[in-house]
Amino acid sequence: MKPAPFAYRRPTTLDEATRLLTEAPGAKVLAGGQSLVPLLSMRLAAPDTLVDINHLPDLGHVSVDATGVRVGALARHAEVLTSVAARRSQPLLALALANVAHATIRNRGTTVGSIVHADAAAEMPMVLTLLDGSVDVVSTRGRRTIAAADLFAGPLESTLAHDEIAVEAFFPALPEHGGVAFEEVARRHGDYALVGVAARVLLEGDTVTSARLGFVSVSDVPVVVDVTDALDDPAAAALPHLEPADDIHASADYRTQLIRVLSPRVLERAIAMAQGRNHV
Amino acid sequence: MSEELHDVRLRVNAGIQQIRVPARRLLSDALRHDCGLTGTHVGCEHGVCGACTVLVDGVPMRSCLIFAVAAEGAQITTVEGLTEPDDTLSPVQQAFRECHGLQCGFCTPGFLTTIAAGLEENPEPTEEEAREMIAGNLCRCTGYHNIVKSVLRAAEITRERESAAGEEA
Ligand SMILES: Cc1cc2nc3c(=O)[nH]c(=O)nc-3n(C[C@H](O)[C@H](O)[C@H](O)COP(=O)(O)OP(=O)(O)OC[C@H]3O[C@@H](n4cnc5c(N)ncnc54)[C@H](O)[C@@H]3O)c2cc1C
Ligand code: FES
Ligand code: FES
Repeated sequence: MKPAPFAYRRPTTLDEATRLLTEAPGAKVLAGGQSLVPLLSMRLAAPDTLVDINHLPDLGHVSVDATGVRVGALARHAEVLTSVAARRSQPLLALALANVAHATIRNRGTTVGSIVHADAAAEMPMVLTLLDGSVDVVSTRGRRTIAAADLFAGPLESTLAHDEIAVEAFFPALPEHGGVAFEEVARRHGDYALVGVAARVLLEGDTVTSARLGFVSVSDVPVVVDVTDALDDPAAAALPHLEPADDIHASADYRTQLIRVLSPRVLERAIAMAQGRNHV
Repeated sequence: MSEELHDVRLRVNAGIQQIRVPARRLLSDALRHDCGLTGTHVGCEHGVCGACTVLVDGVPMRSCLIFAVAAEGAQITTVEGLTEPDDTLSPVQQAFRECHGLQCGFCTPGFLTTIAAGLEENPEPTEEEAREMIAGNLCRCTGYHNIVKSVLRAAEITRERESAAGEEA
């Protein structure tokens, strides 16, 4: 349970960091290390160089404007979770983050790192997808924005190039007549979810004009399903898009059952939130 | 090819430790093997059990998920650093002793550091909050009840000591 040898670099500017990544094709970015260090210790990954981005300037922000929440690459889960402005702008952030690991892990793990780590059992890649957010990445070739819909390629695989550093994630604000909800079932609170479901709805008057569900742990990449026309039985509409599987934690049947139970529940809760916001 | 070594200055508890380690040395191993501070325990080495929890600039973190070389410059508090300068047990340590908050003691260092920081943030936790505070640490012996009691008792001892110090002043 010890990592294989690697070279360690600690750049202090973004230019230096992107240059190091370009020069070392076997290098990996080290952010909070809460996913990467276990992989190294179990020798499931053995990069020849780690580029520690923790000393780069100006990446620790959680900033909010009318359009939504911008989270810098060095903002820790805990900082995003406790930001009152972020919670007001997009309540789904805090609802989901409270289920990401334990407080001690959240003190060091970064939200951006969790997104580009692209684990379909993780909450934040799904949240970014459900909200139609995006990630900004930088390399020696410049900066580009990747929409969430184009970010996830497969299990633990994002569409970032090897030498690109994700510098910021953008989560759109919840519109005035919108509502969100999240619930997951895990063996123990803080564990990865057996199944997690989030909902985002938009209302016009009392009519639901858009309803979407996002799923955790039941597919290879984050899956979002539009259930606007299936409000009576959202799980039936979603199930054909999902692949609940057997593993040591739960059976496929149990996961399917959880999808059936959680989908209508979070949908109802999101609609109730939207109605509440409508009437204030 | 010999492995590159890094000279790392760690600020641990009240002192400074100068160590020479490869980049892959985990902070947990650096504390135990290079600094001789064996109070920090290592259970799972992948972030799950919490036995290795130390405070980094006052904030609980897993020392098995941090490289020693990356901890340069941070103030690290291990379980050894919780004791008062005159060797009096800290409130959390005293509470564990009074409430039988430990049996084999393997998990204890991680609980003590986590709770010490947790009580700084929330000095008067409810029982529910005390449970939440320790939710990220595993104990195979106690069944947790006495650890929850210890959290509440530690909050009490802190208040008792503060009011005693207030009276003396
Ligand atoms: C016990 C335990 C329980 C956990 N439970 C959960 C859970 O329930 N839900 C959950 O979502 N997560 C969970 N996690 C993982 C945690 O959320 C991690 O913090 C997160 O997945 C990764 O963030 P990080 O900053 O630690 O990234 P790192 O571990 O440093 O990096 C992860 C990967 O992303 C890459 N990377 C990171 N940042 C960047 C960047 N800015 N640009 C380019 N590449 C980058 C790295 O190269 C690496 O491949 C858990 C972790 C532990 C140890
Ligand atoms: S040894 Fe670090 S969490 Fe188990
Ligand atoms: S006292 Fe033995 S593991 Fe907790």
